[in-house]
Amino acid sequence: MNASPSTSVEDAEGADTRTPVLSGRGLTKSFGRVIGLSNVDIDLYPGEVLAVIGDNGAGKSTLVKALTGALTPDTGDVLLDGKKVEFKRPQDARDAGIETVYQTLAVSPALDVASNLYLAREERRPGVAGSIFRMLDKKGMKERAGQAVQDLGIQTIQNMGVAVESLSGGQRQAVAVARAGAFGSKVAVLDEPTAALGVKETGMVLRMIEQLRDRGIGVILISHNMPNVWEVADRIHIARLGGCAGVITPESHTMTDGVAIMTGATTLH
Amino acid sequence: MTNAGSPVANGPAADPSTGGAAAAPFADRRYTPLERLQHVLHARPYLSPLVVLVLSYLVFTLLNDRFILPGNQATMIKSVVVVAILALGQSLIILTAGIDLSVGFIALLSMMVMAKVYVDQGWSPWVAITVGLLVGLACGALNGALVTVLNLPPFIATLGSFGIIQATMLLYTKGKSVLGTDLSQPHLIAGNIPVRLGAERGPDSFPIYLGIVIMLVLYAVIGFALSQTAWGRHVYAVGDDAEAARLSGIRIKRVLFSVYVVAGGLFAVGGWMAMGLNSVASPNLLSADTNLASITAVVIGGTSLFGGRGRLVGTLLGALIYATFDRGLSLAGADQQWRVFAVGVLVLVAVSVDQWIRKVKA
Repeated sequence: MNASPSTSVEDAEGADTRTPVLSGRGLTKSFGRVIGLSNVDIDLYPGEVLAVIGDNGAGKSTLVKALTGALTPDTGDVLLDGKKVEFKRPQDARDAGIETVYQTLAVSPALDVASNLYLAREERRPGVAGSIFRMLDKKGMKERAGQAVQDLGIQTIQNMGVAVESLSGGQRQAVAVARAGAFGSKVAVLDEPTAALGVKETGMVLRMIEQLRDRGIGVILISHNMPNVWEVADRIHIARLGGCAGVITPESHTMTDGVAIMTGATTLH
Repeated sequence: MTNAGSPVANGPAADPSTGGAAAAPFADRRYTPLERLQHVLHARPYLSPLVVLVLSYLVFTLLNDRFILPGNQATMIKSVVVVAILALGQSLIILTAGIDLSVGFIALLSMMVMAKVYVDQGWSPWVAITVGLLVGLACGALNGALVTVLNLPPFIATLGSFGIIQATMLLYTKGKSVLGTDLSQPHLIAGNIPVRLGAERGPDSFPIYLGIVIMLVLYAVIGFALSQTAWGRHVYAVGDDAEAARLSGIRIKRVLFSVYVVAGGLFAVGGWMAMGLNSVASPNLLSADTNLASITAVVIGGTSLFGGRGRLVGTLLGALIYATFDRGLSLAGADQQWRVFAVGVLVLVAVSVDQWIRKVKA
């Protein structure tokens, strides 16, 4: 379907000279006596896919929540484009250009594709119709939604007026990913985007992730699916016991190495 | 092309024999007639009440040809105004997956305030009406606060306010009515001002009461807000899946609160109209039955009790069906209990149909 699934070493190495679009420094968070995060550093560069892998309870989601405003770290800083930011709630992060696609698929089933893409950021008609009568620019939103979906190479959703509930799981996930990439966002965080999908649909979502990256968006991909991670990631952040066991690339390490580091069977120097 | 009997499995290009690659994933499925019906009803849930209404008109006209006469229709439509306005507010709340059990008493309290402020305090009728509307909005705000601040389930929140508002109303009025002769001021009985079409009197006269006009205007305004504004989208989204709406960035508590307040205002207008149409402001004018009637109209109208699905036109049709059965069965000489019976059957059918169409698959 898509022609450019290239994942090159140059991208990952070249990225290191640039300013990270989003980074965390010394992030620490504890829940009572349980340590969720201990002194974690993370950098995400524009136009790269950074996978975050780790066993259950390794601190993957705590890390991502700390970066996206879903929880506030006890200590440590979050930096957006090198500047310190404080997100009090997820909406602050979204306003700053960090979009999150949740595992629970935050789409409204009964609303159509276009309405979902524009949910909570609807565009009004120009002139009196929009300013006084507050009428939505339905036609314009539908057209732009169609464009956004097409730009991501999704051919299976043709009609922006169809209710999301009548779409397949992969198509719904595609709507959620398209939403994350549609509004000039800088960072897209995808939490287990392929967990519930079949082989073909997984492929479609992975192509979308590559499209987002090629557009210069920094993508954080949380996944348990190692083949998927090794297919699309530029770099892989391995979370372990609330800390970071290291950052590898699909070229530097095999999947077996990655799993070994993740489970603590080997350590990275 | 033969019908395979069962739908082809999901996914693009499942059936290579169909052309039109552009719309492939949606065009290559073939549906059984029943699935087609399910899809049509899913997209337009108000079609089933429309069919019921048309059929009941046919049947009741056959049973008694006076049913269709303009005079009878005018009386019937006049009788639907109050329930239809209350059901309009109820629709908004049910769209958010809530329910309001206090509708009738919000309307009554607002109505009694309008009447008593005018008669006892001697304030101008417009001030009296404004105070009454404010009381309705305040009751709505109370319900909204119970649901959004205390996080109570709407059923329990409004069950509580049902009692509170009912008691407040009875303590305030001491159970006494304000008679129509004291309400001579036309603004107060606005609902009953007729604009006649046809003959002055008799079966061919078709008076359009101001109450009917106000009802239609309210439906148009709220319908516009629901279908054309971001607020309307958010109402649907909150009812559809509140968590998804929240994660999408909708301030769901704000939306919910606004819905209860707007509904409270609509209930107050319902009370205002009831006072005019009945030419009396009485604490017994509306009852717990009115609450159920408003819910019934919404449900018969195809709006899902699970929220996020439904159209106001369905609610209007639902209210009309309610009145049609009432009037039609009484003209046919049937016992009024058959109306209660028939409405009960309709509610069960409507909810079953809703359960079925929500399982629609692409």
